Amino acid sequence: MSSSQKEVCITGIGFVSCYGEGAEHHWEILGGDKAPAPVIAEDTVPPYGVHPLPEMDWALQIPRKDQRQMENWQRLGTYAAGLALDDAGLKDDADMVSTMDLVVAAGGGERDVETDEAILRDAIASNDSEQLILDRLRTDLRPTLFLAQLSNLLAGNISIVHKVTGSSRTYMGEETAGVTVIQNAVSRIASGQSTHMLVGGSYNADRPDALLPHALNHYLYDGGTEGVHGRQAKGGGMRMGSVGAFLVFEEAEHAKARGAKPYAKLQGVSSDLGKRDGDKGIARLDTMYDKLGGRPDAVISGATGVSAATSFEMDYLKNKLGEDIPVRAFQTLIGQPLEATFPAGVALAALALKNDGFYAPFEIEEKSSSEQVASIMVTSIGHHCGEGFALLGKA
Amino acid sequence: MSKYTDHQGRPIIVVTGLGAVTSLGRGIEDNWTALKEGKSGIHKVKRFSTEGLNTRIAGTVDFMEPEEVSAPGISYAMADATTEEALADAGFGHDGFPGPLFFAAPPVELEWQHRFDLIGRTSEGEIGYERMLASAREHKQEKMHSLIQLGTIAFRLAEKYETQGLPISLSTACASGATALQQGIEAIRRGETQAALCVASDGSVTAEGLIRFGLLSALTTNNQDEPNKASRPFSKDRSGFVMSEGSAALVLETLEHAQNRGATIYGTIRGVGEKADSFHRTRSSPDGAPVITAISEAIKDAGITPDDISYVNAHGTSTPENDRMEYNSLHAVFGDKIHSTPISSSKSMIGHTLTAAGAIEAVISFKTMQEGTITPTINYETPDPDIPLDVVPNEKRDADVKNILSNSFGFGGQNACLVFGRDVA
Repeated sequence: MSSSQKEVCITGIGFVSCYGEGAEHHWEILGGDKAPAPVIAEDTVPPYGVHPLPEMDWALQIPRKDQRQMENWQRLGTYAAGLALDDAGLKDDADMVSTMDLVVAAGGGERDVETDEAILRDAIASNDSEQLILDRLRTDLRPTLFLAQLSNLLAGNISIVHKVTGSSRTYMGEETAGVTVIQNAVSRIASGQSTHMLVGGSYNADRPDALLPHALNHYLYDGGTEGVHGRQAKGGGMRMGSVGAFLVFEEAEHAKARGAKPYAKLQGVSSDLGKRDGDKGIARLDTMYDKLGGRPDAVISGATGVSAATSFEMDYLKNKLGEDIPVRAFQTLIGQPLEATFPAGVALAALALKNDGFYAPFEIEEKSSSEQVASIMVTSIGHHCGEGFALLGKA
Repeated sequence: MSKYTDHQGRPIIVVTGLGAVTSLGRGIEDNWTALKEGKSGIHKVKRFSTEGLNTRIAGTVDFMEPEEVSAPGISYAMADATTEEALADAGFGHDGFPGPLFFAAPPVELEWQHRFDLIGRTSEGEIGYERMLASAREHKQEKMHSLIQLGTIAFRLAEKYETQGLPISLSTACASGATALQQGIEAIRRGETQAALCVASDGSVTAEGLIRFGLLSALTTNNQDEPNKASRPFSKDRSGFVMSEGSAALVLETLEHAQNRGATIYGTIRGVGEKADSFHRTRSSPDGAPVITAISEAIKDAGITPDDISYVNAHGTSTPENDRMEYNSLHAVFGDKIHSTPISSSKSMIGHTLTAAGAIEAVISFKTMQEGTITPTINYETPDPDIPLDVVPNEKRDADVKNILSNSFGFGGQNACLVFGRDVA
């Protein structure tokens, strides 16, 4: 970034995963000397395991009347957004949230699985399935469910529940949506277009309708409890995980003026889309890496376990940063949260920087970190396509 | 302030290429001609059975040749057509485009045809998701997978037309088309690029889509036998919107970039304003404050005053609530001057193209300024005394249009307003 650009820092984190909720709670569990055992629900959508939503008391962040207007994907995001605002000390600051810019990475929402299945059973048995579907949809669909399916209604719910109303934009495109929200927020603050933003995404993995699209192209892993690296010997694949990850980004002076203590600063973000094979793929990553403007001491990786994407990334990181670079592929522990992948990675990197430490290896294939970690690179190499890098440093 | 910068020292942004597809036809010229004639593209739905539905009309686009008749298939075919048209119009041809793509993406998901297809391929498991998952395991569905990924259309456009970097897919519901332009404007103002390709497309009229919007009481159920009469923005007897399909593409460049390559310039994008609403998921704040802020900010951002606006390109959906709210908000910003400022809604002719609406309306706005012709609000037979606007009723009007305010509002509290200008200096 040029010298006229403003410094961007992270002043709040809201995080929910299969291990529970809260930023510091995750540091306590993931930041110890030994990685925790993975939490995998085997029976939700067999034969695919998922890293499930933990037990939630939604009412802590979302009034009951609003909960009824959402399904769990939106509840999870709205909840994590509330945690991030709390963490930044902005939850009850009406002036600050009313001028706060909101950017959300979202997918397509949730269907009424019971209704879909009941209609399918009857339609298969019917001799006029088209008419049966019409008649049943008219009587069986709930009006509120449509709103739970609209991509931008996670942002809409965050505006309603937390009164974040500066501006509101929703990005889509699987993992690239998460890359875009981080890059967009950093660009807007660095250029002076915004001073404080709420940024993130959520994904609910505990649903057959969420997993089916990925099963279509054989992207899901059904082999066992192995992590991202361990799966490679068995053909690879991804295990979806329910995650809500939101962050408060602030212009550094803005944070300082209100006495907020930042977790970390964002030094650079880069992204691309293109072919991955051969020298062209490496050259594209090199260009992205050069834009970060520094060399990391460690990497928080959004590697999914899908073999082509994972080996593309791991080979690159080893060549670029050396065999001993500590890489933590967090999907081993919390699963693949698709749109929330990059926000989750940035949150985990910021947590480590604030706590002056790093994570113990999440799998035996990962190197331990012996030296001080003062800068962390976050990656998201999309399981299907699209790439993002970020570099975070101490605030 | 140089000749290339605006009142705030930001690069002047011009539009150099347009593309459009609506139910009225393919391409700018066919659409512009039909819109000036006050033609309606609304018709009885033929693509699927509507037997028993309260709404059996729509502005579907039935003349494309999609690789699959589905929301993603039709949306891609239209987006591809408008992108190609806009790039050719701007003179970019097939040598790639020197900026990023901002794409307002329609909602896509597995459709009933896909569910039947999957279930028909296996007898494993209970009928439902268990069987569909079993079917997917037995038979890999690469094409089906690709179609329902939310980023696919933008990825394909970016690859085909060689735009720069990671393409952006976005949704702000019915404000998406305006948001795509806003993203391009902001990227150029940040100095990240000299050019941006902004595209919006929505081909998601399905039976389930009609039923879903119907359950929210958003669609009109009147005039089912006279579809061309159904969309009646600002009329007293308006009763809901008509769901429609369409796409638009616009090429944005800095004035300097456009002049250096000798491009033909349609006009400028002078300002943008946005404000989110926290009142309700589908309704606007009763006091109109967020919409008023979005309109005011757009005009302020353009460096002009409401007096400088020669025409308002309305959101004008034809729902009782939107049109009243839009009038009240405009009145709050413009005062009584709004009563003599022409305002019209192309949704009276092409229905509500949802994700694509803001971009289609931007295309219409640039043609309006270029030709000095305002397209009408058709079906305006019974004025609403509570909305005393000059809606350019039923017939086009010639006028000297220098600056246009274009409004877009969406579910989820989305409000985005744009100000376009005819003259570069």
